[in-house]
Amino acid sequence: MSLKHASCRAVALAALLAGAAPAALFAETPADTLVLADAIDDIVSIDPHEAFEFSGLDLVNNVYDSLIELDPTKPGEMVPGLAESWSVSEDGMTYSFKMKSGVTFASGNPVTAEDAAFSLRRVVKINKTPAFIMAQFGFTPENVEEMITFEGDTVTIKTDKVYAPSFFYNCLTAAVGNIVDMKTVMANEVDGDMGNNWLKSNSAGTGAYVLKSFKAGEGYILEAREGHWRGDAKLKNVFMQHIPEGATERLLLEKGDIDIARALTPTDVAGLEGNADVAISNDNGGQIYYLAANQKNEALANPAVLDAMRWAVDYQGMADTILKGQWAVHQAFLPKGFLGAIEDTPYSLDIEKAKALLAESGVELPLKISLTVRNNQERMDIAQSVQNTFAQAGIELSLDVGDGATVLDKYRARQHELTLQTWGPDYPDPHTNASTFAINPDNSDEAKLTGYLAWRTAWDPGAMSAETEAAVAEMDEAKRVEMYRSIQERHRDDSAFILMFGQLQQTGARANVQGFHTGGAVDSASYWLVTK
Amino acid sequence: MVDIAPVPRRPSRLRPLFWGVGSGLLTLALTLLGLLFVTFIIARIVPIDPLLSILGERATTAQYEAARLAYGLDEPMWKQFAIYLWDAVQGDLGTSIRTREPVLSEVAERFPATLELATLGTLFGVITGVPAGVLAATRPGSISDQVVRVVGLLGYSMPVFWLGLIGLLVFYGKLDWVGGPGRLDASYQMMMQFQMEQYTGMILVDSALNGAWDMFANAISHIVLPAALLGYVSMAYISRMTRSFMMNELSQEYITTARVKGMPEWRVVWVHAMRNVLVPLITVIALSYAYLLEGSVLTETIFAWPGLGSYITDALFAADMPAVLGGTVVVGVAFVTLNMLSDILYRLVDPRAQA
Repeated sequence: MSLKHASCRAVALAALLAGAAPAALFAETPADTLVLADAIDDIVSIDPHEAFEFSGLDLVNNVYDSLIELDPTKPGEMVPGLAESWSVSEDGMTYSFKMKSGVTFASGNPVTAEDAAFSLRRVVKINKTPAFIMAQFGFTPENVEEMITFEGDTVTIKTDKVYAPSFFYNCLTAAVGNIVDMKTVMANEVDGDMGNNWLKSNSAGTGAYVLKSFKAGEGYILEAREGHWRGDAKLKNVFMQHIPEGATERLLLEKGDIDIARALTPTDVAGLEGNADVAISNDNGGQIYYLAANQKNEALANPAVLDAMRWAVDYQGMADTILKGQWAVHQAFLPKGFLGAIEDTPYSLDIEKAKALLAESGVELPLKISLTVRNNQERMDIAQSVQNTFAQAGIELSLDVGDGATVLDKYRARQHELTLQTWGPDYPDPHTNASTFAINPDNSDEAKLTGYLAWRTAWDPGAMSAETEAAVAEMDEAKRVEMYRSIQERHRDDSAFILMFGQLQQTGARANVQGFHTGGAVDSASYWLVTK
Repeated sequence: MVDIAPVPRRPSRLRPLFWGVGSGLLTLALTLLGLLFVTFIIARIVPIDPLLSILGERATTAQYEAARLAYGLDEPMWKQFAIYLWDAVQGDLGTSIRTREPVLSEVAERFPATLELATLGTLFGVITGVPAGVLAATRPGSISDQVVRVVGLLGYSMPVFWLGLIGLLVFYGKLDWVGGPGRLDASYQMMMQFQMEQYTGMILVDSALNGAWDMFANAISHIVLPAALLGYVSMAYISRMTRSFMMNELSQEYITTARVKGMPEWRVVWVHAMRNVLVPLITVIALSYAYLLEGSVLTETIFAWPGLGSYITDALFAADMPAVLGGTVVVGVAFVTLNMLSDILYRLVDPRAQA
């Protein structure tokens, strides 16, 4: 009897599956919609003046425009955005932007100089995490009304002192430089939040797309605007799904249920090799892997020891194996694609040289050092490789493993000896990394300048601090580039940091998808050029 | 004069029921209080700094202190708990540190997805697990018993993560029988959000109420695999328990009597013995349902299912303790409520419990 029931059930289940099959068979992405998958649970806010996470910035980049933009097809190149032209005064402290005419927000409101001034002031007034990018120019909630003004079709911005114009312009291309629709935003203001809460689930920009729906940890839907000033987006809709698991993304991509997969692991990428329906593209990311040596430790303050360590890391070995496709050898503090970035990698694994340098240093061998590292597979793999090659040179590394917060606390409290860390830029200008790697205004413990990596590792850059300050004020761009190159070379050879890897991004796309740009290390993703 | 004893009134079946509900509610309150307390304490003593995840690495000491005050983290622990409790009683589970949205509305958005999946999973588990258990119990030691045992054991011991991926690879990747990860195909997902009236948040129910049968079929094709996977795990448990309950019943004297009277075997098993098996089985099923309601994190991750399990996990990774607490409370309420319901059902089914 029971057996009979069981067979009935089997038939019923098979019928159910068969009934469902036709629906599944037609599952390909709609022709007018770009379907993406990524891990987007990092999004805290999609208010352009609050967003500071990769996924949120991708969304913002497609919904808002700024006065000056970066050309998605030529990473790092500036092009006019909502401003038609711009100039800086002789004294280098007043910038003027002439607005394009005839541009409208998604609401239909025309874009005016007032909107632009309002938006830049708003960044400072709501004072969310990325507000510091604007605050660098001396803007405070108190003075911003006088510093940022408008008249007719021109916005005028005064800075507190002279900065390199390229520095100022680069900062304006960051998400905080996006222009929002003043009337719409203020109509949705609650308790003086300047529309901050409303902008967490709505958009009020001039971008190629308009936000139709956003659900944290689930996904978002964008719809193209008609008659966009840059030319209409090629695809009518964008549908981003939160799919954190790389293997799941791979399966969906293979089946054609998504057009673009952005969270593939090296294993998934390897598995997709040879699949004619899928194309993998490689791009740079902004993160840098480095070792920081605490200069309060006598042995680590010895330049010969640091030099020996630089020759005792198996950079290429790691990049070819455990970090394949995710990280490339990179030995400078500016990521590839940044103004003034250098790409040569003079250091490689040379145990004999490291041994000789250690012998020369006069420290007692074997040198015993602890390496503070976060308990995460990739970091542990790197730490173990370093431990292995250091041991061959005569440095005994003990691994001090902790969770992210503990490791960070130790680093910020200067209690580490050697620590393995990553750093990513905050805005697309060299100063973002130069200011933290190569400036330390006060090396005393009491100063607690935890925002400076040089301070965290108790390293005094000496004259390099002043040079870096000078570079950010250099009016001549070519000269500025040269300054950063020179600072990076000396920093690479003589600092308390051992710079190792630069991030790579691997994107999987269906073979028919063209024109997707991730933005590399300096910009966010652009959807409006995508065709399929 | 003769005292006439009053005619004894037939004891009401409802009174013990009310009593059950009353004591159930009290248990609910006490359990929740305990749950809140433990979760709260854990949330406060874990060495994770939620402020760091909001402010980022670059925050100055002043910004940090300001945030500490803003989130009330400077108050003594007992006071923080009292405030949390008072708000929770009024239906305010706090604000997510990460998204700064009310936790209750976030959880309310995620819960239907889990409820839908867990309900189907449990249905699958019951429909397959109970007959499998009965089959094994009526033929102990036979091949069918061994098969049920092995299948059950596999359900217990195979990692869900692996089963899910293999399931996807075979049924979605190769055979094309089912839809892929997610609750709907992209086009239906967009249709659901913009063209459909959403009543419950459960796509199967909402699409049916909207009369969108093609969407309903698409939703079925997406849910069938994760639900079967969860159902398989719960089937393993239910079938083992059914087998042991049933074997116990079948050795009772009233069963022998029934058989001696010449009652057909199916009636002995499915009517007489089953009635008694049902009593403990209800508890087992309720527990297994509650377990699925917690949201199976791994299943939700692999199938990109935006449910409660992935919500709590994401929140945990971001050190978003109000969200973790809120999610836990909702799971706790579901758990205790189901327990209470099973108690009530138990009283209805078991005449002894009504005395």
